[in-house]
Amino acid sequence: MPDFTSTSAIKTKLKFILLLAFCAFFRHSAVANHEEATHSDTTKHESSVAHTGGSKSHEGAEKPIGDQISNMILGHIGDNHDWDAFGHHIILPLPVILYTKSKGLEFFMSSHFEHGHAEYKGYKLINSGAKIVWADGNKIESIYDFSLTKVAVTLLLGSLIIILIFLSVAKAYRKRVGKAPRGFQNLIESLILFIRDSVIKSSVGPRYKEFMPLLLSIFWFIFIINLMGQIPFFPGGANATGNIAIPLVLATTIFLYVTVNGNKSFWKHILLPDVPYALYILIVPIEILGFFLRPFVLMLRLFANITAGHIIILGFFSLIFIFGSMQTWIGIAVSPASVAFTIFMGMLELLVCFLQAFVFTLLSSLYIGMAIEDHGHHKPEKAHTH
Amino acid sequence: MSLMNTLLQSADVDAAKAMYSKMGAAIGAGLAAIGAGIGIGRIGGSAMESIARQPEALGDIRSNMIVAAALVEGAVFFAIVVCLLILFV
Repeated sequence: MPDFTSTSAIKTKLKFILLLAFCAFFRHSAVANHEEATHSDTTKHESSVAHTGGSKSHEGAEKPIGDQISNMILGHIGDNHDWDAFGHHIILPLPVILYTKSKGLEFFMSSHFEHGHAEYKGYKLINSGAKIVWADGNKIESIYDFSLTKVAVTLLLGSLIIILIFLSVAKAYRKRVGKAPRGFQNLIESLILFIRDSVIKSSVGPRYKEFMPLLLSIFWFIFIINLMGQIPFFPGGANATGNIAIPLVLATTIFLYVTVNGNKSFWKHILLPDVPYALYILIVPIEILGFFLRPFVLMLRLFANITAGHIIILGFFSLIFIFGSMQTWIGIAVSPASVAFTIFMGMLELLVCFLQAFVFTLLSSLYIGMAIEDHGHHKPEKAHTH
Repeated sequence: MSLMNTLLQSADVDAAKAMYSKMGAAIGAGLAAIGAGIGIGRIGGSAMESIARQPEALGDIRSNMIVAAALVEGAVFFAIVVCLLILFV
């Protein structure tokens, strides 16, 4: 972590801000290369800001600009079997692991598919790298795709980053037993204590220690993966939490925890609430629906926030090309406003990354707290004589 | 309604359906934005008032305001996702 407390603090902060702005510009140029074949004159403006090389020629007929942009946006927020790191020039092939009943387990690198142009072992890539289907269109046997796609590699990288962070913080604790925390350890510790005190302790209640590992892990996992999605180039840049599978698994974990740990008063509140019997027909379906709906909305909130953020940033930037396709000078005129908006939305996205992790953790701890809450419906103990 | 009937009976029914569905999705997204604006505006407004009444409760009010805003946004994003599904799926 850069040292913000030294005498050259102002310079360090300025460098940090410039680095963030530079990253925002790189995101633009990374996307700009995608469009260069059809808009070489509007991208000259972009490439003069962030020096990118060459132009990539698009094959096929020139589609209308709206189609191109929607394909680009959907490709960037979707999953992919190749990883186009750093602006479509450097494409990393990723392992493909397939299982089919007829052929068994297959393992190869996705470079054999040559970005969707070649078939390999009877499979081919469609949707610009997102999906693997049979090359023979008539075959309907299902392919079980366990490949390490862009999102899966992001998950592994994110987990590795979290492990490294916490191992280093634990080592710092061991080294400085009883002394005040310093540096990186201080930063991580302040976040952990903030989540533990204001979120987990107050929401889960007295038994918070049993669930603290789960909830803290969920917070850090979502936070780090969200942040990685905001970085435009290689280890980041994959929209992992925006892939519905990941919030689905997190929400299912919370759902299972709530179901397994729910005590008798929790189920009693859902199935046999404390209301006049005539209202059961109204209240019980609502409670049961709520029981299933709460984790579902938890998943949807995280997924939609992060995906919408990515789409907004990509869309603001695509305005340049949309206007430029009408008249080149309109595109150039719109560029400063578009770039300014994109940087602003990027900053907002950083807040959203933290906020969504925080809200997910808060609501999960609230649901777990509700499930294990002991309302104190104790019957008074009979006095017993010894 | 007669206009819609005529359109639905014409040769390019699919184009008309696509047109109406996209219009519906766009209007839905706009309504969702209105809902978000009203909801979060009310939350922010009452947060401002309570901070003015009791400035020492600033931290608590701020965190509760952010949590409530995130919950309201959750409902709005549900509508956005439905509109996106109409447009792109």
